[in-house]
Amino acid sequence: MHLEEFSEGKSFLHRTDPRVKILIFALFSLTCALSSGIKIPAIFLAYSFILLAIANLRTKSVFSRVLIANFFIAFIWLFIPFSYQGNPYMNLGPIKISYKGLKYALSITLKANAIIIATIALISTSSVFSLAHAMLHLKMPKKIVTIFFLFYRYITVIHEEYTKIRKAVALRGFVPKTNIHTYKTYAYIIGGMLLKSYERAEEIYRAMLCRGFKGYFPLVEHFQLRKPDIIFGIISAAVIILIGVNS
Amino acid sequence: MHISEGVLSAPVLITGAVLSLGGLTLGLKRIKNEDIPKVAILSSAFFIASLIHVPIGPTSAHLVLNGLLGMLLGWGAFPSIFVALILQGILFQFGGLTTLGVNTFSMAMPAVLSYYVFKGFLKGGKNIAFLGGFLGGVFSLLLAALFISLALIETERSFTAVAGTLLVMHIPISIIEGIITGFVVVYLKKVKPEALG
Repeated sequence: MHLEEFSEGKSFLHRTDPRVKILIFALFSLTCALSSGIKIPAIFLAYSFILLAIANLRTKSVFSRVLIANFFIAFIWLFIPFSYQGNPYMNLGPIKISYKGLKYALSITLKANAIIIATIALISTSSVFSLAHAMLHLKMPKKIVTIFFLFYRYITVIHEEYTKIRKAVALRGFVPKTNIHTYKTYAYIIGGMLLKSYERAEEIYRAMLCRGFKGYFPLVEHFQLRKPDIIFGIISAAVIILIGVNS
Repeated sequence: MHISEGVLSAPVLITGAVLSLGGLTLGLKRIKNEDIPKVAILSSAFFIASLIHVPIGPTSAHLVLNGLLGMLLGWGAFPSIFVALILQGILFQFGGLTTLGVNTFSMAMPAVLSYYVFKGFLKGGKNIAFLGGFLGGVFSLLLAALFISLALIETERSFTAVAGTLLVMHIPISIIEGIITGFVVVYLKKVKPEALG
């Protein structure tokens, strides 16, 4: 599975210290999610576009990713302009559209997309393992980071097990349909996967015990905060706070 | 099933974050060091299982299986769902940082409840175990959808129609989840009874 397509690159944001990026991202998410109206979210969206430009990613992949992530937003657009309580209404035959509802839906769309694009530019440009590493430095509890690390590490392994079982099932002529047989087959596929996971987990634990596992992985490598990281952090924080204060 | 960023109001986000923090703390305390690989790798398996699309009539839905996860991990469901949501945020930009609390709680709390309510069934015969799995699967997904709906309605009354539709859409999906959870439970009872112990 090719999961981390945006983490491959050589842009400034790919090289920036993940700790700085996580902190800036957290500040961005919070202030943007709590802003309201149209103007402020639009400025946040513009800023996220600047970050995206710096990250220099393939436009096509970014576009399709953003589109998929907007599924929930599309769902809101189906309802809110018609059900929002508040005048004035615009009449389109039997359908009434509320201006306030439109404005509200637009505000949500701007905020959601600003954060989605900022996530791509700031977070997805680091590898998952370096993000886990940064979480430890940012004092996340060791246990949850260790679980996260092993969880991500073994997704590809379990996915291989899954494709193996899927192939075996396909070879026996399985075609999914809406019936009990299909659901039973899926249940057994999942059951088989869980069985393999239990066995694998026991093996891993024994192997880790042999290597002196005490509930966490010690940090060997350390990040180095460079001058550009600090400058980027200060400028971004200042911009975000300025946008936030104006709202 | 997640709520996007930028939708919910501050009080709802904070409530979700506080509740999830409580669940996470309890969950992490319950996980002994020797259980860390088990929780992590079962989380990987559930992550892969959630990519499976199951046909329902002309359409299809992806599995959530939070009920099954709860019955296998108990309070460990909180850290398990938490790491899965973080990864989805990083890789696919579904959900996000500010909604992490609401989304984690909505899915993990029903999982933990189904552990307490339906775990007893699994010790019974084949049919009782299936029933327990079925009810746990249905209940967990519906309750998760209900929590999400409540978060939406608490934010803005006009979301009632959205929330209602969301809830109704989840009724057929939850029945499929129930059937699959029931069969998985019966399967595990046969080949790995200690997993349900």
